[in-house]
Order: sequence, then structure tokens, then C-alpha cells
Amino acid sequence: MSWFEKLLPSRIRTSAKKKGVPEGIWTKCPECNAVLYRPELERNAEVCPKCDHHFRMSARQRLAQFLDAEDQVEIAKDLEAVDRLKFRDTKKYKDRLSQAQKLTGEKEALVVMSGTLKSMPVVASAFVYNFVGGSMGAVVGEKFVRGVNTAIEQKASLVCFSASGGARMQEALTSLFQMAKTSAALKAYSQLGLPFISVLTDPTMGGVSASLAMLGDVIIAEPKSLIGFAGPRVIQQTVRETLPEGFQQSEFLLKHGAIDMIVDRREMRDKVASLIAKFTHN
Amino acid sequence: MQQNFLDFEQPIAELEAKIEALRLLGNDSELNISEEINRLEQKSQELTRNIFSSLTPWQITQLARHPSRPHIVDYLQYIFTEFEELCGDRHFGDDKAIIGGVARLENQPVMVIGQEKGRKTREKIERNFGMSHPEGYRKALRLMQMAEKFKMPIFTFIDTAGAYPGIGAEERNQSEAIARNLYELSHLKTPIICTVVGEGGSGGALALGVGDRVLMLQYSIYSVISPEGCASILWKSADKAPEAAEALGVNAEKLIELDLVDEVIPEPLGGAHRNHKEVSASIKQSLVKHLNELQGKTTQQLLDLRYQRLMNFGVVD
Repeated sequence: MSWFEKLLPSRIRTSAKKKGVPEGIWTKCPECNAVLYRPELERNAEVCPKCDHHFRMSARQRLAQFLDAEDQVEIAKDLEAVDRLKFRDTKKYKDRLSQAQKLTGEKEALVVMSGTLKSMPVVASAFVYNFVGGSMGAVVGEKFVRGVNTAIEQKASLVCFSASGGARMQEALTSLFQMAKTSAALKAYSQLGLPFISVLTDPTMGGVSASLAMLGDVIIAEPKSLIGFAGPRVIQQTVRETLPEGFQQSEFLLKHGAIDMIVDRREMRDKVASLIAKFTHN
Repeated sequence: MQQNFLDFEQPIAELEAKIEALRLLGNDSELNISEEINRLEQKSQELTRNIFSSLTPWQITQLARHPSRPHIVDYLQYIFTEFEELCGDRHFGDDKAIIGGVARLENQPVMVIGQEKGRKTREKIERNFGMSHPEGYRKALRLMQMAEKFKMPIFTFIDTAGAYPGIGAEERNQSEAIARNLYELSHLKTPIICTVVGEGGSGGALALGVGDRVLMLQYSIYSVISPEGCASILWKSADKAPEAAEALGVNAEKLIELDLVDEVIPEPLGGAHRNHKEVSASIKQSLVKHLNELQGKTTQQLLDLRYQRLMNFGVVD
């Protein structure tokens, strides 16, 4: 801001600001700068029709589009976090939670649905990235496990769309232990010969990456998603060298053998259905 | 004479220095000052007891990282016999940040695996300060599966700041290495007893921390993120680490109150580093007790209880 603008009263200053794209109707693609019509973007599964950039997507919208439209039943939808530690940093954890609830309209950072995918029984979960960074606390762990248990009861396939910064710090060690809890449930599930397809979306990091997300029979990533254990900034500070081009992106992981494939979101439903159909042929 | 006193131990350090000076004086002269030395030694003990009776989580964090704190190399010597180190993940390399191998505990063959930070500078570098790469966790898993095959109980010793955040670690899929351990350990058909002896740093600690019992030394810590890391993210300043340690509740006393660990093993007065043998004896006693309990169960009971234990973490109604 120049000295001249600083002198202006704030009321005038805001009106003098560069006009952005009006919220709600138009969205600018951060990749190709194309100005996109919101409803059209929505119809295109939040993928830029010009350059195929994958926008982050709401968990609910994702599951609604992924599963067959009928017979979707939400699992453990009313679970809410309990602030056992009365955690407080610069803000109270309780306030962060209610803020996140207001922002997202969700009770917690994971939505779990049982339903069908092209008539095959499926339990699908999706992380809500806007809810405290999609972090995994006790409720996320518990909801995920209840989803796994439902899948076991219904002999259903399991799909999870992860988008998370990792474990939820404000729940301290309890959140770390969710990594063990979800992984143990997946092992129990796997022993029944049922398939788990893990879909990594932008971003999948830390404790979520180092537990349930990396334990899929098949691991799929959306294009150009950030996926890894430690965040790039932490690594940069530790090793003090320049990180390689495309480090920790889906394409990097595919090249290093960490994932099976990269799938465009618009083809996700067909691709996952085709895999599950082969795994559940009996 | 202890070389390393922490900030909050300064009054003890001063007193100990006085005692040492008197001792030297006693050697030089013919004066009988042993009474005075005794009096001061008692005072020092009292002072230590006093200071150590009300440590903050941040002070405990410093004790958990104390440069003279015993490591797995010490415990291998004092708790077990006939240790034979087994190396490598069979795919990429041998990660020296994790030591593993077969040994005997009171004559019974067992598998022992743990993180080693190293003590001297060269050792620290060789062991990467106890921060593992994926091959370390994969070596650990290989040895744990070997223990299952040969029906040996597993003892893990946790002491790490965390899994190493590096380029190679990511290329070789650090996330998967940790996840795979959590997944397999939850169903491994042999007793697993995990002891946090120093720093239990996040996922890197948890990768050796899934078992039938999780024990903690009195002045060890276990946390989802280091107090410094938490402070720099949530408070935007690493200086707030003491506050973060408090908020996270990283200390054993707090964690047992939250029902997240099974037992706190007491340390000698002034901390484990004051007496390696004594703390080893306490750990050994605890390990033998828990192993006996676990070996009284059938494999199915063992697995059911372990699974239930994991599912109970953060259960929400």
C-alpha cells in the first residue's frame, strides 16, 4: 500500500481496491487464470474445463457424486469432538471447533456414507479439509472405524477420499493414537478379503498419510495433489537444499512406486467401480 | 559427579559443586569434614526431591532429552543377555537410528527393537539422532514378523524426536513404512510390550508403539508433535514450547490419567541419568511382570484385548 492510500480513510480505501471476481458466481482458476462460471465448474466435478486443474471439493458433494444417488445413508453423523484437555493456544480449541462447524456446515472433519456404487455395496468416507485442516482427532478416527465396521457387516467395499494436514494437535496423544486405531481396523477388514480403495486428494499429509491413506489395496491419487509425511517446509528447513521439481506431488509418488495410478476426478467413479467389480467377483 | 545439570537443577548443581570442593579439601588437609559433607549431601537430596516433586511438563521434556539419559544400548546391557544385532530391511539399507535383534530376558528368547539417538557426535550422526528413515521401520517390521514366526515376545524401546523429514525418506515412502507397522503390529500373534524411555515423538514413535502394553518412564514424554513444533504452528513462536508442552500434556503422569498408557515406571531420584543400573532394574521388573501376564493368555485373547485397547482410544458416545 502506498503512503497516499494509507492516508485515506478505510471506507474509501476499500472501494478503491482492485475489483476481484464476485464471490459465488465466478471463480478464477489458480492454474490457468481462466474465469470460470461457478455452476459450470460444479457440473464439471470442480475441475477446470480449460486446464483440468482439480479444485478442492467439499466432502459431501464428492460423496454425493461418487455414490449412486439412491440409498445413501450417513454413518455416525452426529458425533462431535470432546475437548478433553481443555486445549487452549492463542485460541480455545472449543472455539476453533465451533468456528469450523459454522464455516463448513459439518460437525466434524470426516463424512462417512454407506450406499452403492453402480449397485455394488460400498462404504465411502471423505475428509472435510476446511474443518481444522481435515485433521484427524478422536471423532474422525471413530467415524472411520464405524464405517469400516459397517462395511464388514454389509460385506461392502471401502473407499476413502483423504484430504488432511495430519493428526489434530489439539487432541494431543489421543489424535496420534487414531493412526493406530484406524490402521488396526483396516487390517481386521482386510483379513475378510474385502477391498479398500484409498483415494488421495490434495493435500494428504502427516498422520493421515502415515496411516489409513497409505493402506489401500489400491491407492489412487488425483492429479497434482500434495502427498507426503513431512510438510515441504519442514523438509526444506531440515535438509537445507532445494526440493526437487514436483516433490511430493501425485506424479512424483507414481514415479517412486508409492501409488498405483493417477485418476482424473471426472473418471473416478468409473475407475473405482471397475476395480471393485474385479475384486468382488465371487 | 554429574556433568550435565539442567536450568531448573541449578540450585542442586551449586550444592553439588560445594560438596565436591569440600571433598577435595578433605583430601588435602587432615581436617575431618565428613560430617559437613554428609549434611550437605542430605540437603542436596532433599533439594532434589523438592525440585523433582513439582516438575512442569516442559522440565520433564528436558529430562527426557537429557544428554546422559540411558539409551537402548544401555538397556540392552543391563536388562537383557546374549544380544545379537540383526541388520537391514533387505531392500534398501540398514538404518542405524533403530537397533534390533534377538536376546534373552531371564533366559527366555526375545526380540528387542528400539531407537538409538547416539551419544558422541560421530555416533549421533551415524544414528541420525535417532530419527529413522523408512528402512528403519521396515527393518523393525521384519524383525517383529520374525519374532512372531519363532514365537518370541517383542520389546520395543521408544526414544525419538520423530521420523526423519528428508527427501530420501519421502521418496522411499515414510508414510507407508509407518502405516504398515501400525497395520501389522495390531494383529501380530505374539506379545508386544512397548516402553517409552525418552522422547516419544509422533508417528515415528508410534511405529514402534503398537502393542499389548505401553509403559512410560516417569520422565519420558509422548506426544503427537514436539512442544516446539506445536508452539511454532499454533502460537507462531517456538518460544512458547513450555506452554505447548503443558497444553499437550506430554508427560507420563498426565497420559496415565487420560488412560492412554498402562504404567509409569519410576525413575531414580533426579532422573534416569543419575543411575542407569537402577532404572534398568525397574524397567526389567516391569517388563517381566507384564510379560508373565500376557503369556498367561491364549493368542486369540491376546489379539482381542489388543484390538479392543486400540479401539477404545478416543471412543466417543
